Amino acid sequence: MLEQIIITIATAATPLLIASIGELVVERSGVLNLGVEGMMVMGAVTGFGVALLTGSPWLGVLAAIIVGALFSLLFGFLTLTLVTNQVATGLALTLLGLGLSGMIGESFVGLPGVKLAAIYIPGLTDLPFVGKLLFGQDPIFYLSILLTVGVAWFLFRTRAGLTLRAVGDNHGSAHALGINVIGIRYLAVMFGGACAGLAGGFLSLVYTPQWIENMTAGRGWIALALVVFASWRPLRVLAGAYLFGAVSIGQLHAQALGIGIPSQLLSSLPYLATILVLVLISRNKRLTMINTPASLGRPFVPDR
Amino acid sequence: MKTRFLTLAATAAALAFGTMAAQAAVKGCWVYVGPIGDFGYSYQHHQGLLQAKEKFGDELETSYLESVPEGADAERAIERLARSGCNIIFTTSFGFMDATNKVAGKFPDVKFEHATGYKREHPNVSTYNSRFYEGRYVQGIIAAKLSKAGVAGYIASFPIPEVVMGINAFVLGAQSVNPDFKVKVVWANTWFDAGKEADAAKALIDQGVDIITQHTDSTAPMQVATERGIKAFGQASDMIKFGPETQLTSIVDDWGPYYIERIQALIDGTWKQQDVWGGMKEGHVVMAPYTNMPDDVKKAAEEAEAKIKSGSFNPFTGPIKKQDGSEWLKDGEVAEDGVLLGMNFYIQGVDDQLPQ
Repeated sequence: MLEQIIITIATAATPLLIASIGELVVERSGVLNLGVEGMMVMGAVTGFGVALLTGSPWLGVLAAIIVGALFSLLFGFLTLTLVTNQVATGLALTLLGLGLSGMIGESFVGLPGVKLAAIYIPGLTDLPFVGKLLFGQDPIFYLSILLTVGVAWFLFRTRAGLTLRAVGDNHGSAHALGINVIGIRYLAVMFGGACAGLAGGFLSLVYTPQWIENMTAGRGWIALALVVFASWRPLRVLAGAYLFGAVSIGQLHAQALGIGIPSQLLSSLPYLATILVLVLISRNKRLTMINTPASLGRPFVPDR
Repeated sequence: MKTRFLTLAATAAALAFGTMAAQAAVKGCWVYVGPIGDFGYSYQHHQGLLQAKEKFGDELETSYLESVPEGADAERAIERLARSGCNIIFTTSFGFMDATNKVAGKFPDVKFEHATGYKREHPNVSTYNSRFYEGRYVQGIIAAKLSKAGVAGYIASFPIPEVVMGINAFVLGAQSVNPDFKVKVVWANTWFDAGKEADAAKALIDQGVDIITQHTDSTAPMQVATERGIKAFGQASDMIKFGPETQLTSIVDDWGPYYIERIQALIDGTWKQQDVWGGMKEGHVVMAPYTNMPDDVKKAAEEAEAKIKSGSFNPFTGPIKKQDGSEWLKDGEVAEDGVLLGMNFYIQGVDDQLPQ
């Protein structure tokens, strides 16, 4: 049973983790994209649709990633090239995504989807207790862990990562050094979009293989909050996403056990616990300052 | 296509196409709490709209707002509809109750129909509801007959009378078969979040239930039940496609006949305030085919359904004790509708503490 519970937690945490990691890279480059929810739901509907029409969940995953990236390109064009307000544009992206996905998905409502199967390695998956946990989950779960480690490595161990962080901290100086600020931000925004799309695809292909309007149900916003509370550190995002998942699932179990704590309080616990823990681990103000991208949300217009 | 877009911007929607069909005799408007694509509660109301549209053709112009949050936004949305020339407005969720009455006071010439509520503060407000508890009682019987574990999982949304009543009816049905039957209740505190509903189903299954029933609106619990190889009941619509080998039956909300009746009354000029609570007898509550169960269970379910349909039996017939053991209904006493509509207590045997 414990194994099942941990797998359930991983399933709940994975979409948050993927979307958060993508947004983390975007924000590290100095761009605030509040359109995560919109990109996610677009990924969910295209992922579902493509998988349904082609019969291949993998093509669905691919389509979700591509559509997420393309959708974020719209945001990139508006905020980076036309220098519109990032907050307003991001919100508009969310509204557009929710509306557009509902329209695209109208004919998918009420159809059972195609599920991306969990992996199975003969011998290993059958191991007692750890088998299914380590070797029997859906492929995107493993991808999300790799993605987190990969992003952490990229940001803090590579030259390109340093450049990206420099762009996010002081775009003026970066520009003066000859770094292509806008180009890097475009790439970061598209990476964020691809991740949000993948997270959405996870929802409609693994978590609950079906299309329902607004099926992201606010997960994009939670992902955004996780990035801030994790003070822009990838491994803290991982911790935050799993903590959120654990408390979400834990409170359901607590209810089913009938321990007599009001369910409204239990339902708010994931939010409370995640905020509390992440605030505690980022108590060191200087460290938080260092981690906060100083140019976050500020428009950049290169002088000609 | 255009319509879909506009409905999402809840504030701007209704005004935009008030002129589309000038020749229509009546304009009917609907307010949904969820998206019409939920394949559950709001979907079924929208099916009702479509039925009415088909019936009246050009006579009826329709407009709807979906995903309207319960709360301050609801009042604004309903008022917009009222201003845009709707003659009759159906507000389809419990949480729209106060907003509906408030707007109704300002627009005495517009008819308001509020689903599942009990407040009629103005003569132009009617309330309507379906006796879903009748279906839940039948489900309880099926669950108790089929469950090997002797415990079913119940995914609930919010502790409002409608939901509490459903839980009680389910338990009564189960107890009529097996007095020791247990029900584990999990409150999702949402009507609609597929992921959370799936998580709730998984949590319940991990704790040993082998039948799932839900009072939330998505098909996710049905899918989880299928994956884990247990049985489940659908909600609001026939969800058999999501669990061909899982769904036992489903309570299908059929609002079409009511909508047609009320719009007809408005056209005929006979619309009057009323409080309608239709059940199986009136055809408001329909059970999806009984599937994935042995014949004797099916027979028991059909018998119970027939008994309720004929009007000779009400699930809330005493003796029934409240959860704390105090007497609620004496032997043979039948619960009054008013008590049911305000139900805020569990009956004996519910293994949960009711959130207050």
